[in-house]
Amino acid sequence: MHQSDRISEDEAFDDDALVEGLRQGSARHAEYLVRSHIGRMRAVARRILGGDAFADDCVQEAFLKAFQKIGTFEGRSSLTTWLHRITVNEALMRLRVQKRLDERPIDELMPEFDANACRIEAPWPHVATAEEILQRESLRALVTSKIHELPDSYRIVLLLRDIEELDTAEVAELLEISPGNVKVRLHRARSALKKLLEPALRGEIE
Amino acid sequence: MTRAAQSRLWRWIKGMMLRRMPLMITCTEFESFILAYLEGELPSRQRRVFEFHLKICRECRDYLAAYRHTIALEKAALTDDPSAAVPDDVPEDLIKAVLDARKA
Repeated sequence: MHQSDRISEDEAFDDDALVEGLRQGSARHAEYLVRSHIGRMRAVARRILGGDAFADDCVQEAFLKAFQKIGTFEGRSSLTTWLHRITVNEALMRLRVQKRLDERPIDELMPEFDANACRIEAPWPHVATAEEILQRESLRALVTSKIHELPDSYRIVLLLRDIEELDTAEVAELLEISPGNVKVRLHRARSALKKLLEPALRGEIE
Repeated sequence: MTRAAQSRLWRWIKGMMLRRMPLMITCTEFESFILAYLEGELPSRQRRVFEFHLKICRECRDYLAAYRHTIALEKAALTDDPSAAVPDDVPEDLIKAVLDARKA
């Protein structure tokens, strides 16, 4: 907390104390909450919405909702998880308003089979680990941009399940689709991403 | 016979074998089990059938390896995002805007 002159360096609240302070309208507790969670919440909003400005508006609104709803926080999850859900919700709402969700089909990115139900797949060389590959900044950017090439209806499921680590039931509820549909979309999104990344990965290896 | 024709013939033989022999599944059936397998949701009998297909099918083995690799890349690329979880990188203006909005 180097940037604050209002909160002393060693001041820390646990969830219970923080919630109690927020319920009583304490500005100090509010500031502590914002400073300790805003980085993570901003990263979530950016992943879902892209651009900084959209993400920052979303974070601001998410905090306002959190302050308003702190009375309903039951402590069944951690404050971090609770804020994460609020942020995801807010970001999804904005994505829906911002544009109609892109629902392009991704059939051409699906795996190939012959008429006999046999897979057609080039050999996959055994390769460096993801961490090693990502040490090259260009590849990190490539992975990120390929994820953004996925239609929203797939990209969001991939983000929520794989990155935000929500479970299938939670994603189904947020997106108002069936759990079965979440699984189908997750699998198709991963398959499509594999196809999109393949040329670069093979090029990298060979 | 060309290489391509050879590999088509081999795939045809394999396809017949996968369709007709007991405890075998086709590649398209394998495909439909991938997610459940990775999530640990396959009952043990189905899991054995899935893993047996994996042993005998080079294409599905390579496909699954690339699929897993994709997940690892995707997770590493996004969760190690330099902008993630570093409160110090958050502009002070934004923090102030959030706190001001609360008071309003």
